[in-house]
Amino acid sequence: MALPSYTETRYRIWHYIYIAICTFVFFFLIAPLFVIFPLSFNAEEFLVFSEGMKNLDPDAFSLRWYKDMIYGTKNPWGLAAKNSFIIAIFATIGSIILGTLAALGLSSRHMPYKGLIMATLISPMIVPLIISGVAIFFFMAKAGLAATHTGIVLAHIILGTPFVVITVTATLSGFDHSVTRAAASLGSNPVNTFMKITLPLILPGVISGGLFAFVTSFDEVVVVLFLAGLENTTIPIQMWTGLREQLSPTILAVATCLILLSTLILVSAELLRRRSERLRGINR
Amino acid sequence: MSSETKQILTTDGIPLEVSLKKAEKKNKIKAFLLVAPLLFFLVITYIFPIGEMFTRSVDDRMVTNMLPKTFKAMEKWDNLNELPPEEVYRGFYEDYKLLAENQQHGKLGQRLNKEKNGFNTITKKLFRQIKRKKIDENASLKEQINKLHKRWRNVEYWQAIKRTAPPYTASKYLKGMDMYFAADGSIAQVEEDRRIHRILWLRTLEIAFFVTLFCFLMGYPIAHLLATLPMKYSNLLMICVLLPFWTSLLVRTASWMILLQQQGLVNDFFVMIGLVADDNRPEMMYNKVGTYVAMTQILLPFMVLPLYSVMKTISPSLMRAGKSLGGTPFVAFWKVYFPLTIPGIGAGCLLVFILAIGYYITPALVGGASGTLISNQIAFHMKTTLDWSFASAMGLMLLTGVLVIYWIYNKLVGVDNIKLG
Repeated sequence: MALPSYTETRYRIWHYIYIAICTFVFFFLIAPLFVIFPLSFNAEEFLVFSEGMKNLDPDAFSLRWYKDMIYGTKNPWGLAAKNSFIIAIFATIGSIILGTLAALGLSSRHMPYKGLIMATLISPMIVPLIISGVAIFFFMAKAGLAATHTGIVLAHIILGTPFVVITVTATLSGFDHSVTRAAASLGSNPVNTFMKITLPLILPGVISGGLFAFVTSFDEVVVVLFLAGLENTTIPIQMWTGLREQLSPTILAVATCLILLSTLILVSAELLRRRSERLRGINR
Repeated sequence: MSSETKQILTTDGIPLEVSLKKAEKKNKIKAFLLVAPLLFFLVITYIFPIGEMFTRSVDDRMVTNMLPKTFKAMEKWDNLNELPPEEVYRGFYEDYKLLAENQQHGKLGQRLNKEKNGFNTITKKLFRQIKRKKIDENASLKEQINKLHKRWRNVEYWQAIKRTAPPYTASKYLKGMDMYFAADGSIAQVEEDRRIHRILWLRTLEIAFFVTLFCFLMGYPIAHLLATLPMKYSNLLMICVLLPFWTSLLVRTASWMILLQQQGLVNDFFVMIGLVADDNRPEMMYNKVGTYVAMTQILLPFMVLPLYSVMKTISPSLMRAGKSLGGTPFVAFWKVYFPLTIPGIGAGCLLVFILAIGYYITPALVGGASGTLISNQIAFHMKTTLDWSFASAMGLMLLTGVLVIYWIYNKLVGVDNIKLG
């Protein structure tokens, strides 16, 4: 962003203001996440930086809240984490299967009422979560699935499929259909063609959609609040309850773990995106 | 001559046109079968239940089912300004007696009391008379009931019963807009100091609008920077946008709760630069400020990503051309670059607005009383007052608004153009 030497002063000033604004916005976006790290190692139970921490006194830091998170008596995090992972994994598998099939159908140029169907399939992403929550609750209550893992998994499949549909459709938009025709002309049946030719090519899109579905399920709280019983508590529910009642440093320890998890997911999603672009021949 | 043109046949001897149509149809069915599982799953578990919210919100069959004979007799009640004829009294008496035997009379009294204040008292009076068998069924019921309480002689109470006759009602929707059906059936406004819902709707729109505006003002410069920087720098900066995007909503809300509290870092900073006194730290959470700040940061990536994907496609030579043709950088930006980014602005603003208008978690945690939105009210009625039909009605009103924006979004941007990451 170096300026050419002939730039007039007022544009030079304007340029520095612009850089300053951008710096501020980037700081505004990312800084809040970094407040959590140091405070989760706080030796005291207040959520402010103690004098010791400001002076980098080693005694002011401790792992007690992490110990509390893992070993704490009657703490709910173990059960919540187990439930969250089970629900998110099944919801992701369900979303990937239903979403990928639908995306394959939608990408066919023979698909009738494409716009209407696409709008319907994406709607759970657009409809406010509170309304989805009410509607899904009515259904699950009637079907006898309220307060069961199955009910929550189904609810998260509803919320997760739009992401898979979108990412897989996007991958398929650059897909060269002559390769599947070539496979067919060489005597491969449709299932075989899909498994051996199509799937490996669209896999990055499928996985990145799956990551979205996983994160959606893992982070979802509004719908779960309607559906979950005591046995189905999840990490977001525990965080929600904790944040409403009292902010304890244990929550910050959990939050730190969640940030690390999201960093991991971000890196995988980025790598996948690049791989997908390379496979589809988009060079940048 | 054209009629003699030889039809083109396939190798099977079928006309080509027929064969092609057949293949086309087969392909259509194939494509549809792939979409079908998800479509049916969604229709059953999601679309139908939203429809059920509608029936729930207008359903008013309780009284209709409780007083069948009364409403049958009321069909003969011609002059609504006079007390109804004997048949109506008899019908009501018989219905009520049956309800009393089944212990359902209390529900009816409460429901009618909502329609017209003071109903519960006079139905209870009737109940006691029936229990003591003081009512002679062979004499005129109109005279006996009228004698029980002066309100039974007031035609307004009978009109109130008649108003509950239709099995469907729009009253929940009116309640959502702080209106109600007055005694004569016209629509009236709630007193000024009790119009809580209108305040909530306006506040929801206001917060959604300003959050969208803030996101635009903050998102545009950084999207521009990301799109114009060389790849190796912009990739690094992109993490600043993507990491919050992938991080749990609750984690981000928690970090704002820590930052904005009275002893928090933001206040520390204000004290440090001398903006506020140490003993007079402003309350930045549990009010609108908290909602604005947290929601803007949380929704900002949804503005930056569509803007970035549009700006990325604008060739930098266009700006250079604008400048070389004599425009100052400002003019070149305003006349050349900005118009080209309008699709991205539209996409980003609509997306952020749609998400903001239905926000629930963040306002509930940092909003306090003055920063809560319509979603919080819906949750309140679902969980606390258990008035599910009212919650459904409010939800559908919100949904209508969102669908209108979604429709515009679909027209302008197309749902299949939503970019993720």
